[in-house]
Amino acid sequence: MGDYLLFMLSAIVINNILLIKFLGVCPFIGVSSSMDSAIGMSAACIFVNVLASALCWMVQSFVLEPLGLEYIQTLAFIVVIASLVQLVEIVLQKVAPPLYSALGIYLPLITTNCMIFGVAVLNIREERGFIDTLVYAVSTAVGFSMALVLLAGIRERFAIARIPKVMQGFPAGLITAGMMGLSFYGLVGLA
Amino acid sequence: MSRIVKEFTKGLWDEIPPFRFVLGLCSVLAVTTSVSSAVGLGGGVVFVLIMSNVLVSVFRKIIPDKVRIAVFIVIIASGVIIVELVMQAYFYGLYQVLGIWIPLSVVNCVVLGRAEAFARKESVVLALADALGMGIGFTISLTVLAALREIIGVGTFFGISVMPEWYIGFPYIIKPPGAFVCLGIILGIMNVVSARLDAKKQQAA
Repeated sequence: MGDYLLFMLSAIVINNILLIKFLGVCPFIGVSSSMDSAIGMSAACIFVNVLASALCWMVQSFVLEPLGLEYIQTLAFIVVIASLVQLVEIVLQKVAPPLYSALGIYLPLITTNCMIFGVAVLNIREERGFIDTLVYAVSTAVGFSMALVLLAGIRERFAIARIPKVMQGFPAGLITAGMMGLSFYGLVGLA
Repeated sequence: MSRIVKEFTKGLWDEIPPFRFVLGLCSVLAVTTSVSSAVGLGGGVVFVLIMSNVLVSVFRKIIPDKVRIAVFIVIIASGVIIVELVMQAYFYGLYQVLGIWIPLSVVNCVVLGRAEAFARKESVVLALADALGMGIGFTISLTVLAALREIIGVGTFFGISVMPEWYIGFPYIIKPPGAFVCLGIILGIMNVVSARLDAKKQQAA
């Protein structure tokens, strides 16, 4: 149990998927300008990340490896993720319309979120078992959400801050992310 | 002819990714710790871009509109697999340094973005010019950022020492958080330069 706790802590804070491993930076900068969209994106990401990692692990272990097709892993995973996102969209629309209206617009964006694909590939490269895969997927997604919501909180205050005109928007967002990354980096000594 | 030149050169300054056209940041931040890995990934992206843009443009009248994203992704993923296998066979050192970032070019938004915004509407020659321009622009940006980080961070360029002996380096720039700060500063500088250029153009006009 203690092992899992350390594993999760490491994935959430110390090796934060976003600020230290750079997976999922595009939505991080894109949707972090308002709190509502940051929370919507985070929820959608946690949901899809776990499903996608589980599914990709199964595809790798039960289809690609027995058939000796490991070299088309990239193609197989991206197709699995793209169809999964589409499927989740259709199912949510039918089963839970309120949830769909909250997450709907973020779902298509998730296909090209490098975090989903990256976590699926990392799980295979580091030869994790099924349970570890799930734990890792949950923890990375939680780490991603935490960083995203924190940055959105900071960026909302940019509206009233005096930032030089050339640094407004992306440049200021990136430098803020760098400062946040530094504080996360300070926790490296924990593990 | 002038149209081809225009589509090629726009990738080099006007819409240079990822500075102007803030897409594909993840790999940009991750591989720019050294110039050699930046050039390696840039080369891979150029190949994937050319292949996807040309194929998408060739089949643009056949691909049904509703499933176009899925088709684009399959084309891009095939290109990425080729790059991955070639690198593994002939550039094994580079393959190990880049690691997960080679397969991740599949979700590099620059490639998908060009297929969606350009190649699916234009002819093959224009799509090729666009891919070359964007790819080379992307490689240049990566190299500039990597050179800045490598020279300031550890005092080397392509692994060769370029700073005086007393220079002990500035490791923060090489560490992950430094990547964000460097990219932010370069974006700011680009804004200043292009604002100056625009002002000059207006004065001349």
